[in-house]
Amino acid sequence: MRSFPLSSDRFDRRTFGQRFGLALIFVLLMLALALLSDRFLTPANLTNILRQTAINGIISAGMTLVILTGGIDLSVGSVLALSVTIGAALMKQGWPVELSVLAALATGAGLGCINGVLITLARIPPFIATLGMLTMARGLTLMYTQGQPITGFPAAFRWLGAGDIAGIPVPIALMLLVFVAGGFLLYRTSFGMQIYLLGDNPTAARLTGVPVNRLTVLVYTISGFCAALAGLILIARLDSAQPTIGLGYELNAIAAVVVGGASFSGGEGGLVGTLLGALLIETLNNGLNLLNVSSLWEQVVKGVVIALALLLYRAIGSRNSR
Amino acid sequence: MTSATPRLKLINVSKTFPGVQAVKSVSLEAYSQQILALVGENGAGKSTLMNIINGVVQPDSGSIMLDGVEVRIDSPRRAQSLGITMIHQELALIPELTVGQNMFLGREPSRGGWIDWNELYRQTQQVLDRLGIAISARAKIAELSIAEQQLVEIARALSYQARLIALDEPTSSLTDRETEILFRLVRQLRAEGVALIYISHRMEEIFALADRIAVMRDGELITAGPASEFTPQRVVQLMVGRELQPSASQPAQPRGEPILRATNLVAGKAVRGVSLTLHRGEIVGMAGLVGAGRTNVARLLFGADRLDQGEIWFEGKPVSIRSPRDAIRLGIGLVTEDRKAQGLFLKQSVRNNAGAGLLERLSRFGFVNFRALTQQVSDLTTRLRVRTPSLNQQVRNLSGGNQQKVIIARWLALQPKVLILDEPTRGVDVGAKADIHALIRELAAQGMAILMISSELPEILAVSDRILVMREGRITAELNRAEATQDRIMQAAVGQE
Ligand SMILES: Nc1ncnc2c1ncn2[C@@H]1O[C@H](COP(=O)(O)OP(=O)(O)OP(=O)(O)O)[C@@H](O)[C@H]1O
Ligand SMILES: [Mg+2]
Repeated sequence: MRSFPLSSDRFDRRTFGQRFGLALIFVLLMLALALLSDRFLTPANLTNILRQTAINGIISAGMTLVILTGGIDLSVGSVLALSVTIGAALMKQGWPVELSVLAALATGAGLGCINGVLITLARIPPFIATLGMLTMARGLTLMYTQGQPITGFPAAFRWLGAGDIAGIPVPIALMLLVFVAGGFLLYRTSFGMQIYLLGDNPTAARLTGVPVNRLTVLVYTISGFCAALAGLILIARLDSAQPTIGLGYELNAIAAVVVGGASFSGGEGGLVGTLLGALLIETLNNGLNLLNVSSLWEQVVKGVVIALALLLYRAIGSRNSR
Repeated sequence: MTSATPRLKLINVSKTFPGVQAVKSVSLEAYSQQILALVGENGAGKSTLMNIINGVVQPDSGSIMLDGVEVRIDSPRRAQSLGITMIHQELALIPELTVGQNMFLGREPSRGGWIDWNELYRQTQQVLDRLGIAISARAKIAELSIAEQQLVEIARALSYQARLIALDEPTSSLTDRETEILFRLVRQLRAEGVALIYISHRMEEIFALADRIAVMRDGELITAGPASEFTPQRVVQLMVGRELQPSASQPAQPRGEPILRATNLVAGKAVRGVSLTLHRGEIVGMAGLVGAGRTNVARLLFGADRLDQGEIWFEGKPVSIRSPRDAIRLGIGLVTEDRKAQGLFLKQSVRNNAGAGLLERLSRFGFVNFRALTQQVSDLTTRLRVRTPSLNQQVRNLSGGNQQKVIIARWLALQPKVLILDEPTRGVDVGAKADIHALIRELAAQGMAILMISSELPEILAVSDRILVMREGRITAELNRAEATQDRIMQAAVGQE
C-alpha cells in the first residue's frame, strides 16, 4: 500500500517524535517484562494481550475521531451496555444471531447519533451531552435488565469472542479491521481530512465550507458503533451480559487516545498512536498480572504511565518549538 | 549622532529551523531615543530576529548585549525582567478574559494573597486613558474588534517599564486614526528614552517614524543606516534585490453582466440597509473606518452571519445563502480579515491549508485524489511565491505574510465566480502586495467579480474599478475610478460631505 502523503502529520518532527518515543517506550516495556517474567514473551501470552486490547482498542478508535474533532465521548461505556443488552435480549427471545448483532450495532450507532445531534443542533457541549447519555443509557440498561445479567448465548454468537478466522482470533481480526478501515477513512477520504480541519479550527472550518454538523454527527455515530461492536465481542467472550458491563470504559479509551499522542484541543493525533497507546496500556496490565502485582496497584501504575506519556510529549513539543 | 553604547547590540546571531536558515549571522544595533525600522520581504527573518530578542526563540549562535552587558535571554519572562517587550505580529490575547485580566496576566496586583480586582481595573484604565485608548478595562477581548485588540496589545506592552520595545507590524490591522494614536505613543516613548524596533511593510510609516533603517533579505542583514540615507525606492530595491515594477493603476476594464445583487441587507446594528451589485470582471473596492460594517456585509454575502432582512440575487435568481457552504457551492469565496482566528488551521500542513476547500471537489466516492490536490496546491503556492521549505510544513511555522498567501491560494484553488477579500494584503510585503494586486486584476480580467475591503486607501485606489464607502452600516458613497480621491473617500467615511 502506498504511504499516506497527506496524513497531516508526516514529516512533522513533533508527531514523529511522539510516535517514535511511544514505540520506544513500548519496546522497552516489552524487554523489561521479558526479562522479569519468562511467561511474558510466549506466543500464547502475546496473543492474549492482543485479544485483551481488542475491546479497548476498538472503542478507542472511535474515541480518536471524536477527540480529533475537539470533542469527547463520555458515554461509550453506557452505550456499549445498552447496545449489548438489547442484542442479548433479542437473542434470548430467539432472534437470529445476525439480526440481533445488527440491532445491537444499530443501537450503538443510533445513541451516538443522538449525541451528535445534541451537540450540533442543540449546541450542548460534548462533555455535557455525552455525560447525559452516559447516565441515561446506563439507567435504561439497569431498568431493562432489572439488574440481572443475561447469559447463555448461541455458539454462533460466541464465535465472535472465541472463534478465529484463518488462525487469527476473531476479536483481534475485528480490531485490525476497525483500524484499517478507520485509517482509510481518516487519511484517505475528504471526511477524514475534514475531521482534522474541524478539530484544528472550527470557525475556519465552517468558513471553508466544511459540513461541520454532518461531520460531527457522523463522528459520534461512529464512536457509538465502535462501542457496540466492542461490547458484542466482550459479551461473546464472557457468554454473559452484566448490566454493569462497560463501566468506566470511557476512561480507558480516553487514556489510550491521549497516550497515543492526541491533543484534547483537537486536530492533532491519529489512529496509529491510539493503537500503540491501547497496546501499551494492555501490555502493562498483562505484565503487572504476570508479576503478581495486586490489581489495586494496576490503577496507580496506569495513572503514572499516562502522566509520563504526557510529560514526554510536553518535552518533545517544547524542544521543537525552540 | 548616536550615544556611545547601544541599548541593544546583536553580534553574529543565527537561527536555523528545519529546512530554513531564518537568520544568518546578523549583527545589528538599536539605540535608546531612536526608532529603528526593520524591513524585509515576507519570510526574510524579521519576526524570528525579534523573537530571539524577546526570548521566544533561542539563537543557534551569536551573542546579545544589552547596554554593553552580554545577556542570555532564554524566555520571554527573562526578556521582560530585562526591560524588553514585544508586540507580536499575531495577536496573543486570551479572548475569554477581560482587557484588564490580559493586561496584568501573571502579575496581577494582590492584597493579602488575593487578586485585587478593583486595583487591577483601576490601573488598566489608567494605562488606557494615558494612551488615549477609548476601551473599557472590563470589556472582554472577544467582544473587541481586531483593531481594538491590537491597541490593547500595545497598551499591555507599554504597561511594563520597558527599555526596548519591538513592534512587529503593529499597524497591519489598524485604521488611520488608530495608527495616529500609535505613532503618538511610539514618539512619546522615544522621547522617554526607550529604544524601539519597528517592523512594517508600509513605506510611508517607516519614513514617517524611523531614525534608522535596517534591511533584511533571506535571513541576512543587507544594510543598516540613518533613515536620511534612504529613499522608499531604495529600500524596496534592497529588500527584494531587484527593481520592482510600480503597481501602476490600469485603465478600467469594461465590466460584464451583474452576477451578485444584494438589496437592502439588514443585520442588527452593524448593517442597516445595504444594497450593492457586483459585476463579472469588475473590482469593487470597499472603504470605510473600522466598525463601519464592511466585514459584516462580506459575512452576510457569504452566509457566515444571519440576515435579518434583505435579498440576495445570484446570476439573476434569488438565493438563500444560509451557510458558507451554500455560498461556496454557488461560487462565492471569502478571504477573512483575521487569518489566525478565522482562516488558518495552524497544526495542519501548508498543503492541507491551501487545499482545505478542494478536498471534496477532488474526491471520488469520498476518496481524495491526493496527487491532483498536491499538484493544484503546488501550482498556486508557486504562483503566489509562498516561501516554505515544503508543502508538508506546518502552516504555523510560516511567516505571517506567507500564511496570508496560503489562505489566498485556498480560495483561488476553488475558482469562485465572486471573490470577497477582506484586507487581503494584511502583513504582506511590498513585492508580494504588488503580486497580489496584479493577481486580483488578472482574475477580474478572466471574469471573476471581486469585492475588496481594505483600510488602505492607496490600495483601494490602485486596484478598484468602482469604490463603495461605508459608514455606520450604510453605503454613503459610490465613486467610479475617475472621480475617486483619498479626500472624497475619507469624507464619505467620516461623514462630512
Ligand atoms: N518555528 C518555525 N519553524 C520552522 N520555520 C520557521 C519557524 N519560524 C519561522 N520559520 C521560517 O523562518 C523564516 C523567517 O520567518 P519570519 O517569521 O522571521 O519572517 P518575517 O520576516 O517576519 O516575514 P513576514 O513579513 O511575512 O512576517 C520563514 O521562512 C519561516 O517559514
Ligand atoms: Mg513577521
